[in-house]
Order: sequence, then C-alpha cells, then structure tokens
Amino acid sequence: MSIDLKTIKHISKLSRISVDEQKADKLVNDLNSIFKFIEKLNELKTDNVEPLTSVAETTLKLRPDEVKSKDIREQIIKNSPQDNEDYFVVPKVIE
Amino acid sequence: MSDITRQSLSELVKNIKDKKLSSEEVTKAFIDRSEKSKELNAYITEDYSTALEKSKKFDQKPNLNLKLPGIPIAVKDLFCTKNILTTAGSKILNDFIPTYESTVTQNIWNEGAILLGKLNCDEFAMGSSNETSFFGNVQNPIDKNLVPGGSSGGSASAVAGQLTPITIGTDTGGSIRQPASFTGIVGLKPTYGSCSRYGIVAFASSLDQAGPMAQNVKDCALLQEVISSYDPKDSTSIDFKRNEYSKKLTNNIKGKKIGIPKEYRVDGMPKEIEELWRKGIQYAKDCGAEIIDISLPNTSYALPTYYIVAPAEASSNLARYDGVKYGFRARGENLIDMYEKTRSEGFGSEVQRRIMIGTYVLSSGYYDAYYLKAQKVRKLIKNDFDEAYNKVDAILTPSTPSSAFKIGEKKDDPVSMYLNDIFTVPVNLAGLPGISIPAGHDAKGYPLGLQIIGKAFDEQNILNIAYAMEEKINFKNKITDWWIK
Repeated sequence: MSIDLKTIKHISKLSRISVDEQKADKLVNDLNSIFKFIEKLNELKTDNVEPLTSVAETTLKLRPDEVKSKDIREQIIKNSPQDNEDYFVVPKVIE
Repeated sequence: MSDITRQSLSELVKNIKDKKLSSEEVTKAFIDRSEKSKELNAYITEDYSTALEKSKKFDQKPNLNLKLPGIPIAVKDLFCTKNILTTAGSKILNDFIPTYESTVTQNIWNEGAILLGKLNCDEFAMGSSNETSFFGNVQNPIDKNLVPGGSSGGSASAVAGQLTPITIGTDTGGSIRQPASFTGIVGLKPTYGSCSRYGIVAFASSLDQAGPMAQNVKDCALLQEVISSYDPKDSTSIDFKRNEYSKKLTNNIKGKKIGIPKEYRVDGMPKEIEELWRKGIQYAKDCGAEIIDISLPNTSYALPTYYIVAPAEASSNLARYDGVKYGFRARGENLIDMYEKTRSEGFGSEVQRRIMIGTYVLSSGYYDAYYLKAQKVRKLIKNDFDEAYNKVDAILTPSTPSSAFKIGEKKDDPVSMYLNDIFTVPVNLAGLPGISIPAGHDAKGYPLGLQIIGKAFDEQNILNIAYAMEEKINFKNKITDWWIK
C-alpha cells in the first residue's frame, strides 16, 4: 500500500505537527520508502505467535501509595514557557 | 605528570589513589584538552569552572575509597542533570533545566565523579551519525568530515579524542555500539533493566538502555558496575544481583562456547567486514573458546520490526512536548495552532518523521497490521536468541556493516541510514547485553568493531570474552590530533 498526500495530512493532524506543502511532499516520499522496507514483515506468518510486550518478563512490583514530593509547585512551574506563578498559561480555549 | 589525558580511567584512578595525581590536575588536563578541541563540537554544554571547583574541594578532603575518586566525566546530553541545561540535542529543550538528577548520573557522582559537561547527540537519540542534532555535526577524531556515528556521537568523539576519560551513552538500536565502532573505542549496551531509565529523556521505552563507553574493556567494566543499580523509580528496573564486574574480570575464557550466526553474513557485506569477522573468530579460538555455527533465522526482520516499535513508542513519549509544561513554545492563534506550530518548529525533520511513522502505525485501522505484527515478530526474534543460548554462551558478530562514513553522505536517505544498525538492533529487541570492541582497521585506516552478544544479565561473561580478545587483538587507535592547532 502507498501513503498519499491525504494520509500525510491526516497523520500530521493526529500528531499535532503542522506541515506545509513542501514538507508534506517530502514526507510522502520518505514514508513510502520506509514503509516499503517495513512491508517485509508480511512475509512472515504470525497467526499463532504471542506478541512480546515486554522483554523484562517480570510483573510490576507493588508499592505503598505514599506522597513522596511535597511543595514542589515552583520546581514544576520553573521550566514552563510562560511562567505565571501558580498556573500553566495557554492560549484562550473557550470563547 | 605529562599526558594525563592519554591515561585510561583505571590508570587515573590508581594515580589519584596513590596520590601521584590530584583530582585538580586531572580535571584541569581534560578541561585544557576540551578547550582546544572545540572543532570536534563534542560538547553542548561545558561546566568547566564548577568542575574545577569541585576537584579542588575533592582534593581538600579526598575520599580514596570511592570507585571514581575525583574523576572528571562528561556525559551524553540525554541524562537529566539537576540545575544544568539538558537539551537531548533538540531545539524544543533548548532552555530546559532539570530540577532532578537521573539515577545513572547520580550513581557516578556518588562514587566521586565530577561533571565536565554535556555531550552532543542526535536529536532525542534518533540518528546514526549525530547529524540530526540541533547543535550541529560532531567530528570524528579519526578523520575530518567523518561522522562519529550516533546517536551517542559526542560521547564517542569525546572518549576517542581524550576529552573525557570515559562517558555514559544510551543505546536504543545501536547508539552506543555503532559510534564506539566508528571511533575505535569500547561500548557496552547492558541488559534491559540493568541500568535505571529514571531521568533519561525517553525515546523508545522498551528498548532504551544507558551504558558505558571507554578506552578499554576494564574501564568499561568499572563504569558498568557503578551505573547499574536496581531503582524503584523505574518500574522496568530489575532487582538482580549485580557483580563487581571489574574485580571479577578475567581473560580466561577457555571452553566458552561462542556462536557465529550465519544470517549476519548479509548481502553486499564489504570484504573488509567479512575479513574482520573471520579474524575475530580466530582470536576467540586462540583464547581457547569453542566456535559453534548457529542460526538466528529471523534476523532480517529485526530492522523492519524496530522501525515500527521504536517510532510507535517515540510518538507516544514525545507527545509531552506540547509547549505547555516546559520547553520551546511557538505563538499560535489558539491552543491547537500553538501545539502544531510548537512541534513543527521545535522538532527537527528526523524526529518529525519518526513521530509521524509512529502515529500512523498506532492509528485506528492500522494497529493490527503494523504494531501488533511487529510485537509478534519481536517475539520470534527473541525466541531465536533463546534457542541459540541453549547451545552457546555468547554470540560474535561484526558491530556495523561498514566503517564510519562522511558527513552528509547518507543524510537524505533514511533507509540507508537505518541499515547502519542491522547488527545491533536485534540485541535491543531481545533486551540482551552487547559490547562492541575495536578489532581492526579498513583500507582507509578507519576503525572497525566486533560485537559480542550475551545472555540476559550475563554482562560479566561478555566483558570477560571482550577482555580476552582485546589482549589478542592489541588494537591501536590512530588519532593524530588533527583538530588541535
């Protein structure tokens, strides 16, 4: 199967990355060559194979649900682009 | 003492412990050389004045029982370092100053190491040549205009160029072993779960591992024993008994069974690589190992599997860069517009490409055909290794299908760039440890590496094999200091 311009626009929307026409054209080319390479997997029959979700083969450990960090609001806000003391500030969402 | 920067980590530790060198002398020597080596572009952030202060402080009250007593170390800029700029080679983290420390870097500071600075890498560790970094190309100390490999390219360049005695990199599909091979140094990717991922900027969480890069196997073993620890802050960190790898290091590998996988003899493999591998097999025999032919039948499916799994996980991990909580923000007319512009302007083209591949393979209607399929093939690849390890103790392969290439040579062809990792990617997919050691030169005089792959948690065994082979190979890196004027 091949990836067309319409698909690229759709993926761009899903991944929240704006693409202009020029970039979209390049992505059509790049993704098609990458997916052509990926399609090799279709040679393999995998109907009865269990998917591998983790190589670590251990179950997650349980731990008590305790508060470990307190009063770190300043630390959390510190790297935000528009530091506004108590909140993260974003462009207006509700008209 | 002259030529401090030429000494290995083990020599430096011994000289500091014997009080023949002070931490300040050592730190100053590496700072001086780093200052003269700006052309390599190995550093993103330098922290020299703090490093000097810390070394003086160390000398006032030296704790010589530590494993890295007053040793200056620069690390890959993918590790969060408290109060020090951490960029992951990206514009989007151009001004990110972590308020916490990654576990593996904390482990080295706990043993007395001193931070020299943060080393260049491909953006979010996505690349095999260090050319995707927002902070520019890194030069390979072997030759001008030659890539150092990637993604830990700055790290490899800094160790080979003697700007730091040792370093930590990260490896998702070959990012420690491939640059180690391209620059003539040693690089270890530990078993998944051996080193904590806490505080490492995430790329593909089921594949990422931190590991040591060093001038020799002994140094590599020492750093591995320092950085590997069980960490409750990383839920995939594994609680197993860790060795003092450097103390238990031995060159006696008599009777060890080493497998040679026939599927790694890929089409179009250069004669030089074939020859290197043949020599490697002979060295292993000379060390008393037994060579056994094995088969890893699904090897050729590893790269296509990787290029589904890694981008899928990356698209999810990198969703956090939205211009709200931290990092770069572009102006937008509304919230969505702000997100889209931030990510379009903040990420470089390779990162955008991978996020889009990942988004696509996870999107409605395609999940089964791509992501689920890849997870199933990943199982088959792991089964291949499990099967092989019924017969052998370790596996010997080339590290890369070629020596280092020129800057710009593969930049516009993503698939040919991806093929660089053909021998390293299966190891990440199966979660195994793998080490690359320098083993020879090609006709141009560029270094070539051999990879030894071990069973899970069997780092000691592959370090021992590497140690024994290193002695036989007696590799000498050809560094001319061409960049020092």
